[in-house]
Amino acid sequence: MRILVCISCVPDTTSKINFINDNKEFSKDGVQYVINPNDEFGLTRAMWIKEKDGSSIDIINVGTQSNEPILRKALAIGADKAYRINEDPKDSFRVAKLISNHILKNDYDLIIAGRESIDYNGCMVPGLIGEITNIDFLTNCVNLEIEDSKVKASREIEGGIEKVSCDLPIIIGSQKGLVEESDLKIPNMRGIMQARQKPLEVIEPESFSSHTSTLKYSKPEEKGDVRMINPENLDELIEILHKEEKII
Amino acid sequence: MSILAFVESNEGKMKKNSFEVISYARALANNLSNELTVLCFNVDNANGASTYGADKIINIRNKDLIEFKARDYADAINQVANKINSKIIVLGGSSNSKYLAPSLAIKFDAGYLSNVVSLPIKLDPFIVKRSTFSNKAFSENSINTDRKIIGLSTNSFGTNERKSNPEIIEQDISIKKTKLKVDSVEMFENKISIADADIVVSAGRGLKGPEHWGIIEELAKTLGAATACSKPVSDLGWRPHSEHVGQTGKPVSTNLYIAIGISGAIQHLAGVSSSKIKLVINTDPEAPFFKAADYGILGDAFDVVPRLNEKLKAFKAENN
Ligand SMILES: Cc1cc2nc3c(=O)[nH]c(=O)nc-3n(C[C@H](O)[C@H](O)[C@H](O)COP(=O)(O)OP(=O)(O)OC[C@H]3O[C@@H](n4cnc5c(N)ncnc54)[C@H](O)[C@@H]3O)c2cc1C
Ligand SMILES: Nc1ncnc2c1ncn2[C@@H]1O[C@H](COP(=O)(O)O)[C@@H](O)[C@H]1O
Repeated sequence: MRILVCISCVPDTTSKINFINDNKEFSKDGVQYVINPNDEFGLTRAMWIKEKDGSSIDIINVGTQSNEPILRKALAIGADKAYRINEDPKDSFRVAKLISNHILKNDYDLIIAGRESIDYNGCMVPGLIGEITNIDFLTNCVNLEIEDSKVKASREIEGGIEKVSCDLPIIIGSQKGLVEESDLKIPNMRGIMQARQKPLEVIEPESFSSHTSTLKYSKPEEKGDVRMINPENLDELIEILHKEEKII
Repeated sequence: MSILAFVESNEGKMKKNSFEVISYARALANNLSNELTVLCFNVDNANGASTYGADKIINIRNKDLIEFKARDYADAINQVANKINSKIIVLGGSSNSKYLAPSLAIKFDAGYLSNVVSLPIKLDPFIVKRSTFSNKAFSENSINTDRKIIGLSTNSFGTNERKSNPEIIEQDISIKKTKLKVDSVEMFENKISIADADIVVSAGRGLKGPEHWGIIEELAKTLGAATACSKPVSDLGWRPHSEHVGQTGKPVSTNLYIAIGISGAIQHLAGVSSSKIKLVINTDPEAPFFKAADYGILGDAFDVVPRLNEKLKAFKAENN
C-alpha cells in the first residue's frame, strides 16, 4: 500500500501563546514546534501497517523551511519520504487544495491526517481534501483495520462508537485511541541516522486565491479571582449555584 | 435573501444546541436584513424552531438522512441552500457538524470558518471572531468568498427567544449517497454524553485509583451530569478514553465544570476553559486550577464530595 500522512507542525502544548507586530502575528520566540499530537497517533498507526506488510509511507507538510527538523523527526520514526509545500499556511482551504493536488498526482491507498490541529483548531483540512479528491473521509477515527482493500473502521461519536466499512482509498482523521499514548513511536539512533539520507522534496505552491484570512489575534480577558468556599459550609455553594448562577 | 441555519436532530427531536444555532442565525439575519430559513431532517415537530425566530422551516423527510452521514448530509444541505438561493449557512459546533462542514464548503463553493464565537464585527469585508490555539486566544478572520459557512462554537452565543410564525415546508429530496457504509452504532449505556451535558463532573489522579470513582458517579447522577477525567486517568485505564477531556481529548463547553483532584495542567485547561463556570475541589492550595476557576474548595475529595452529594440530594428533593 501507499500511505500518505499529513503532518502539521504546531507549538508544543506547553507553549506560551503571545502575539507580536500589532497582534497580527504569533510570536515564535522561545516556542518549540512539534508534530501535531493527533498526527503523531496517525503516523504510529501507519508504521504498524508498514511493519506488517511493507507499505511505503510518505509525509506531507505545507510550511516553511523551519519545519524541516520536524519532518526529519517523522522520517526518523520511519516514514520513507517527505514532501514540503513551501508556503506559510494561512488558510485551511489553500492547505487542503495544495495537498489534494499532490494526492491527485499520486496514487495513495490510505491518507492519514489528524482530526484537528492544536494551533488553528480547524477540524477542516482532511474533510476538505476528502471532498476535493472525492475520497471518503472518516474523522475521530479510533480503530482502523484494512484487509484486501476492504476497510473496517470506527468513529468516536458523542456518547458512543460508530462502525463503518468501505473500500480503499480512504482518508482518516486520527486521534488518541487509534493507538495509545504508550504505543507512540520514538525515533532511535539508527532511525535518526537513516532519516538524514531520506528524500525531502520541496514543492513550490500553485497560485490561487484563499477563502479566508486571519487579520489579528487577541487573548481572552484575565479571569477574576476565584471565590473560595469553606468546605464546612457547602450550603453556601448550593445557594450560589441555585440563586446566582441558576444552574441547579 | 435568506440565511440558512442547519440544525441536527436525533430520533425526531431537534438537538439541544439547535436553539443556539437558530438564535445566532436570527441575529445575523437581522444584521444583514435577511430572512432566516431553518433546515432540519426528519423532525417530528419542526415548529420548535419558531420559538427562536425562524421565518421559514424546511423539514426534509428522507429515510437516508435518519442516520448521520457526513457527505450525504452535506449534499442535502447544499441542495437546499442552492434552491433557496442562500449565501450564508450557519452550522453548530457538534462533532457531526464539524465533520460535515468541510464537505459542504467544497460542494457549496464557500469559505468556511469553524469555532466562531461572535456575530460579524464588520460586514464588508465579512469579519468574525473565532477561538484558536486551543482556547488560549481568539482571532479575527475574514471570509473572502461570496458564499460563506459559519460554524458556531457551542455555548458561545446563548439562546434568545423570539416567537415567530413561520411557514413550514415538509418535503423529500433525492440525495447522492456515498459509499461509506455505517455498519452499526453502539451507544454507551444510559450515559449522558459530555457534549450534551449541562454539567460535567470530572476527576483526576487525585482520586488515587479506579475503585474510588463511586463518589464521582454518585455526584454526577444527582446532578444529571456527564462524567469526565484527566488524560493520565484514561491512560492508566482507570476510566474509558471516551471520558478523557482536554487539548488532546474531548473539548468541554458546558455550563458547570466540576474538577475534582485535577491539578489544572495547561493541556487540561485548554480543553475545558470555555465552560461557563468552573468549580475546583483540590487539597493543594497551589494547584494551578484554582487560578482558572470561578469557585474553589480547598479540601479532600473523599470528605467533600460525599457531603456535597448528600446536600445536593436534599436540595433536589426539596425543590422538586
Ligand atoms: C502533549 C500533551 C497533551 C496533553 N493533553 C492532555 C489533555 O488533553 N487532558 C489532560 O487532562 N491532560 C493532558 N496532558 C497531561 C497534563 O500535562 C497533566 O499531566 C494532566 O492533566 C494531569 O492530570 P491530573 O490533574 O489528573 O493529575 P495530577 O497533575 O497528578 O494532579 C492531581 C491533583 O489531585 C490533587 N489531589 C490529590 N489528592 C487529592 C484529594 N484527596 N482530594 C482532592 N484533590 C487531591 C493534587 O493536589 C493534584 O492537584 C497532556 C500532556 C502532554 C505532554
Ligand atoms: N500545514 C499543514 N500541512 C500538512 N498537514 C496539515 C496542515 N495543516 C493541517 N494539516 C492536517 O490536517 C489536520 C487537521 O488540521 P486542522 O484542519 O487545522 O484542524 C492536521 O492534524 C494535519 O494532519
